[in-house]
Amino acid sequence: MPTYPMPPLPSDDKRWKIVNGTMRRHGFARNALIETLHTVQSSFGFLDDVAIRFVAKSLHVPLSQAFGVATFYNHFSLKPAGKHTCTICLGTACYIKGADNLMAAAEKRLKIKAGHTTPDGNISLMTARCVGACGRAPVILEDNELVGLVEPQVMLEQLERWAAHD
Amino acid sequence: MTSEELVQVAETVTAERQAADFEVNVCVALGCLSQHSDKLKDALCAEAVASGRNCRVRGTGCMGLCAAGPLVRVGKPAEAAAQTLYAGVHEADAREVIESLGNKPVERLEAHLDTYFHGQIPIVLENSGYIDPEKIDEYISRDGYQALIHALTEMDPQSVIDQIAKSGLRGRGGGGYPTGLKWSTVAKAVGTQKYVICNADEGDPGAFMDRSVLESDPQRVIEGMAIAGYAVGASKGYIYVRAEYPLAVTRMTSSLQQARRRGLLGNNICGTTFAFDIEIRLGAGAFVCGEETALIASIEGMRGQPRPRPPYPAVSGLWGAPTLINNVETYANVPTILRKGAEWFAGIGTEKSKGTKVFALTGKITNTGLVEIPMGMTLREIIFSIGGGVPNGRKFKAVQTGGPSGGCIPEEHLDLPISYEALIEVGSMMGSGGMIVMDDTSCMVNVARFFMEFCMTESCGKCIPCRAGTAQMYQLLTKICDGRATHADLELLIDLCDVVKNTSLCGLGMTAPNPVLSTLRYFKHEYMEHIEHQHCRAGVCACGRKPANELALAGVTA
Repeated sequence: MPTYPMPPLPSDDKRWKIVNGTMRRHGFARNALIETLHTVQSSFGFLDDVAIRFVAKSLHVPLSQAFGVATFYNHFSLKPAGKHTCTICLGTACYIKGADNLMAAAEKRLKIKAGHTTPDGNISLMTARCVGACGRAPVILEDNELVGLVEPQVMLEQLERWAAHD
Repeated sequence: MTSEELVQVAETVTAERQAADFEVNVCVALGCLSQHSDKLKDALCAEAVASGRNCRVRGTGCMGLCAAGPLVRVGKPAEAAAQTLYAGVHEADAREVIESLGNKPVERLEAHLDTYFHGQIPIVLENSGYIDPEKIDEYISRDGYQALIHALTEMDPQSVIDQIAKSGLRGRGGGGYPTGLKWSTVAKAVGTQKYVICNADEGDPGAFMDRSVLESDPQRVIEGMAIAGYAVGASKGYIYVRAEYPLAVTRMTSSLQQARRRGLLGNNICGTTFAFDIEIRLGAGAFVCGEETALIASIEGMRGQPRPRPPYPAVSGLWGAPTLINNVETYANVPTILRKGAEWFAGIGTEKSKGTKVFALTGKITNTGLVEIPMGMTLREIIFSIGGGVPNGRKFKAVQTGGPSGGCIPEEHLDLPISYEALIEVGSMMGSGGMIVMDDTSCMVNVARFFMEFCMTESCGKCIPCRAGTAQMYQLLTKICDGRATHADLELLIDLCDVVKNTSLCGLGMTAPNPVLSTLRYFKHEYMEHIEHQHCRAGVCACGRKPANELALAGVTA
């Protein structure tokens, strides 16, 4: 355990214990910042102010560095995602195979731009910089499940199903 | 473990395999998994049990031909080469596949792709598709870890480095720096603690070799890193892998545990004094972290921003200690080189580029997937013979290699034998091995703009030429695409390319202008058509006609 006083857990939400566990596994070393933020991201779905402050304080990392890291990397999001997430891969292979058409169709259907969530908090539309399934391009991730050789129609049908499930 | 114990494990696994009359191998790498090959495997298992036949169903790594998935290979365990490859197999076909074992193969499912595998030399991919990636013993049964044990017990670190140097292996991450030289620099560096890092932050969009190796044959990378650790005198290794590859992370994590349990990682490996362990560090979605100093910063828990070199990481890297950084594919070559000898490896390839290279063949091409070809093969052979050419009767226009740092190669250079130097000469580069084929429906100006947008958003913002230059170049390219540009804009663009290329801090900025320069070199007429006649011959740009996406966007209220 470090010699400096540890901040209390922000609430009795059990997920904070998971976050604390990651930090303990790394001996509360400063370089565990990214690993810890990964844990926050996967347990809470996003990084909020409370979480970043808590992690920064626990690891004795300047708040500026913690915010810097949280905003630098694309994987971390500072806003909660929608109930469902449609991620369109915009890697080169997908782009050549018409991922831009998919993006346009999704943006039109959901009436939001990429990186945003519908006002009702149901569907988030995200982009990816290549998920490494280029052999199946164009690909999208429907709630983290990979779908390959996607036609706009197929994707729109999925969006409709999600919209109907409200 | 000793080499006798290795042989014992190998014999047990082989005996178990041979005990079955037939084996059914199902690809469970990402490409086929996305088509539910896991459910297919369950269905095949159920059918195999129901049929009462003595056959074994198992999941294996990538078989290469991702577009034709899910792939299944069936046959007698003893004759791996004579097994039948089925493509596009679905759950409904499970019964037919099992029933056909030992009889005539199911004709409608057979993959007739002899040309695809013809000419390929698997070294890095030698086990992909032949072993269950989640079981270390299967890797051992195909001569795995023999190289490590041999190196530890019978070679001193210097002779390991000599072997690697003699083999002529060069970095497979893109730069092509001689691996032996890098290793000996780290070995000579002064320091009690040294590190070995595996760069698995495969950021190049359109490349997926590293993912496939990590998912299909993770132990090979661990063995390569351990050998490197022994050669340079490091006791700690890190694998920096993208968070976008969850399957690779899971398989790597369990592979590390198995290697530890078998005593191939940890203290006193194989009864020697050598100690080595590996930790996984997750990337968080930043392309620039493929640059070695940025990657080190990221492992240290900072923003992934590069720093000026020298000092090179080989002298002062992770936490100021001498650090060896190599790519996944480079490490994957190491065990085979030590096992089969440097001369054997040096006998493959061209004079300056030895061995093989794995390419991810994608885009407008019939057979998309992974290929491993000897250096010196021509682009034409890869694209038209192995890849099967451009589908739908379209005309080949260009092939893009090297990701956002590379360039587009037109038809006139297709007879170019692949090597690091040859690709640079025609204005592209080897890169990590993405090969994206484009036909006449792709506009080259638009492609250049696509890559520039990528570099612009991925620029870390530390140095001005890259941060501001890529944004300006992107705007100029957009202007050209929209048909609003003049000749002066084009000249400015060319000027900017020169400035950004020569004054940026790291590789991302220095190579960001490459897609523009290479398209300008071979497809200047397309730029001219956009500027002078507001015409886009591929019909994708905003000039001439409104592109589909812009029409659609008009209806969007953000």
